[in-house]
Amino acid sequence: MSDRYEIRFSGSGGQGMILAGIIMAEAAAIYGDKNAVQSQSYGPESRGGASKAEVIISHGPIDYPKATAIDCMLAMTQESCTKYHGDIKSGGILLVDSEEVKTVPQGAFKVLSFPIIGTAREELGKTIVANIISLGMIAELTGVVTHEAVEKAVLSRVPPAFLELNKKALQIGFESAAKLK
Amino acid sequence: MAEKKKKLLQGNEACVEGAIYAGCRFYAGYPITPSTEIAEGMSVRLPKLGGKFIQMEDEIGGIAAALGGSLAGLKSMTATSGPGFSLKQECIGYACLAEIPLVIVDVMRGGPSTGYPTGPSQSDIMQAKWGTHGDHPAIALTPSTVPEILSETVRAFNLAEQFRTPVMVLYDEILGHMREPVTIPGPGDFAVEDRAKPTCKPEEYHPYDDKFLIAPLAPFGSGYRFHVTGLNHKQDGFPTNDSKVIRENNERIMRKVHVNRESIWKNEEVMLDDAEVAIFTIGSTARSARFAVNELRKSGVKAGLLRPLTIWPFPDKAVAELSTRVKAIIVPEMNLGQMTLEVERCAKGRCEVEGLYRVDGEPITPSQIFHEVRKYL
Repeated sequence: MSDRYEIRFSGSGGQGMILAGIIMAEAAAIYGDKNAVQSQSYGPESRGGASKAEVIISHGPIDYPKATAIDCMLAMTQESCTKYHGDIKSGGILLVDSEEVKTVPQGAFKVLSFPIIGTAREELGKTIVANIISLGMIAELTGVVTHEAVEKAVLSRVPPAFLELNKKALQIGFESAAKLK
Repeated sequence: MAEKKKKLLQGNEACVEGAIYAGCRFYAGYPITPSTEIAEGMSVRLPKLGGKFIQMEDEIGGIAAALGGSLAGLKSMTATSGPGFSLKQECIGYACLAEIPLVIVDVMRGGPSTGYPTGPSQSDIMQAKWGTHGDHPAIALTPSTVPEILSETVRAFNLAEQFRTPVMVLYDEILGHMREPVTIPGPGDFAVEDRAKPTCKPEEYHPYDDKFLIAPLAPFGSGYRFHVTGLNHKQDGFPTNDSKVIRENNERIMRKVHVNRESIWKNEEVMLDDAEVAIFTIGSTARSARFAVNELRKSGVKAGLLRPLTIWPFPDKAVAELSTRVKAIIVPEMNLGQMTLEVERCAKGRCEVEGLYRVDGEPITPSQIFHEVRKYL
């Protein structure tokens, strides 16, 4: 299963982690030439609580829809980071929000830290697009989908009034991640 | 040929696409996690197609209204999860005896009772067969991918209309909520069956005419007047105490499905030709099993998978045949042993049968299946 590329978006319910997962899967399977499966798990509450979305990307059929050995994980909160980092594979990437995740787990993976929510607040005035910044960062860090595909996927999911805002957020994501690499 | 539209759909959204494609124009139900997106989707789609959506006061009201819609001539559906499926059982028996076509989707979550709303489960397998009292036919389909949820929902409507009986579609929370690319079917991509209508004059019509194994069903309001009851009835639909009629009718509703079982069964076989150990499972667990089979083959182990898309009527013939040529059949299921009992019944001791169970709201992983199979080498 070497062709399987596994991404986990994790944070708190309401931060748009599931939407980020859906957009990543659409970038790969609808706007790209790969296959993708997106799944999620969450508690009974609609806000708060640890939430995660997983995306498996492959050139071939994808049988098991859940993560087995994660290539790249995003953690937007301390709780989700602590709870979900265990499946990151050796040599994988853990991207954390530097203001939220103070206790960074140790492991055979690369940790990248960036103030994702803070950047959304200060540069765009809206923390709601933090998930789109993180999506741009993951696209840039992993190279598993093209910038063009992820942009098309984002723009097809947002209302017209917010196109520019989301485009900017995505661009900030691409650029910030390029500097971290 | 125009390019087909590919969309990333959730399992429950694919179910809605399948229902609409099959011609469903009436939905009544009561929303429940993890099936709610079906009700949401139907409430958006049906009014635009001249259909009707109604949210009833509870699950029993939901299925009762759907039965009314079906009797009035519309292909009808309701959807729920385990707790609601329990409540609907009374009306499922009614639909079996009164021979009313209906599709019931059960997106399985942890139980018993209210259980674990957001966790996956496969614990309604036996409820789909024996949840309602009395001997009755059961048809239940078990898709394993999002595109299959669409196509099996279409098949469920076809079977319901063809056999005048309720048909269930069972899948777990993982499939209900996961997203996969789906090609939206165009006209003619899937066969769509409509129910047989009477050709006789209204005054000669019997809703349970004993000339037929499955009598044509006239829509209420079309001039064909008839009686419907949950009591044992004569061919005109009115209750009877005639023991010969009661026996013949009870046997016939079972027979109409049993004699057609070959056309209802549908199995996928994965690398079974030379398999020494076989896995028998459904739904999202079959995805773990397929992953495990590929890994086992890479390490030189002759493993295979028998995956039924029709779990009721149970695939007796396929399991019996398989049991003559493998050392063991492993049955992974997200419950504490339901399909295993049926596999044991069909294998009749010709091979070992071992269950692999999980009820903690987490899926059975490929690695669990991998290690279980290796025990039989």
